[in-house]
Amino acid sequence: MTATSARIILICSGKGGVGKTTLTANLGIALARLGESTVVLDADFGLRNLDLLLGLENRIVYNAQDVLEATCRLDQALVRHKQEPNLSLLPAGNARMLDWLTPDDMKKIVGMLAEKASFILIDCPAGVETGFRNAAAAAKEAIVITTPEMAAVRDADRVIGLLHTQGVAPIQMVLNRVRPRMVANQEMLGVSDVTDILALPLLGLVLEDEQVITSTNRGEPLTLHGTLSPAGRAYMNVARRLRGEEVALIDPTRERLGLRARLMGKIRRTTGLF
Amino acid sequence: MALFDFLQHLLGLQKPSATTARERLQLVLAHDRSDLNPELLERMRREILEVVQKYVEIDIESGDVSLTTDDRVTALVANLPIRRARPLPSLSLETGARTKPSDPEVLALVDNPAMPEPSPSKSSEVIEGQEAAIEPKTFP
Repeated sequence: MTATSARIILICSGKGGVGKTTLTANLGIALARLGESTVVLDADFGLRNLDLLLGLENRIVYNAQDVLEATCRLDQALVRHKQEPNLSLLPAGNARMLDWLTPDDMKKIVGMLAEKASFILIDCPAGVETGFRNAAAAAKEAIVITTPEMAAVRDADRVIGLLHTQGVAPIQMVLNRVRPRMVANQEMLGVSDVTDILALPLLGLVLEDEQVITSTNRGEPLTLHGTLSPAGRAYMNVARRLRGEEVALIDPTRERLGLRARLMGKIRRTTGLF
Repeated sequence: MALFDFLQHLLGLQKPSATTARERLQLVLAHDRSDLNPELLERMRREILEVVQKYVEIDIESGDVSLTTDDRVTALVANLPIRRARPLPSLSLETGARTKPSDPEVLALVDNPAMPEPSPSKSSEVIEGQEAAIEPKTFP
């Protein structure tokens, strides 16, 4: 393996549906906007979706499988993002790849990418089976994303244990879909509850935000926009912290939107202006 | 239903669900992380109680040997209220301690999970009738 200074970061969660792919897409765009050459690798060969979230699904010609089989060059398979040319996607191959792909294959792909980019984000499949192990083998560090729900925290704990044994470090955590009002009423696990239980440093805190769904519908990650929604700002802050900047965490108990902000949001959504 | 929940909450009849979630998670993670199967844990628990009972009379009903986890370190925690020390002749220094070297070691094993706390209270020194726990931390 070549010794490069590229940051190779696995984005994983254990449980499905907690926001791995959304984080990968938004973080990829955010890092690209901050001037980093970034590649996002869809390692979820069974259920790939990263292309959809980035709005690149129509531009895929080759994929990771073609690169491995040498039917194309790496730069032919990489799909460059139009608005953020610093970002490229290496699409997942088809689901049959799961039958023969080995950790060494993943290391080979990632090794090739590491020569081209300064950040490589690996969108890991859910679960702790082969797909996860392959993806983890190629990573140097990891971001575990979880929500303040029992099942998500438990599965995250399992993943953290496996990452520790594989020697992946540092492992940091993003807490997603926090509902401040429920936390204030003690009807949802709070930030410190989850960080205490999982014993990981908190890299980011993302509040529940409907805009995540609308941005997915459009294939435009939140971090792509000029004025950022709350979740978009949170993802951007994750990118800044990854690069070593000190950015204060938001306080979820104080993030209740005031009347004016709600009204402006409503006007913005209904009229489509600014 | 929501109103009923709210009233119960208000009257303090029901714990907030976040507290319940935290407690349940901590318990389930302690077991997940240790990878001990429940049968093995139960056998160990019984043997530990047997050994402790050789030296002190303990309250088995309220005794508790369980797993707890803090900062990704899983510990075996025994909380065994002592009714009274057994006046065994073997425990006196002159006769017993030398002839039965293996027993104090076993007792030390029970003490070990509590090691971060600086409370080196020997179970054999417990005054008659006093309640003492081997582990200062109580398990929820």
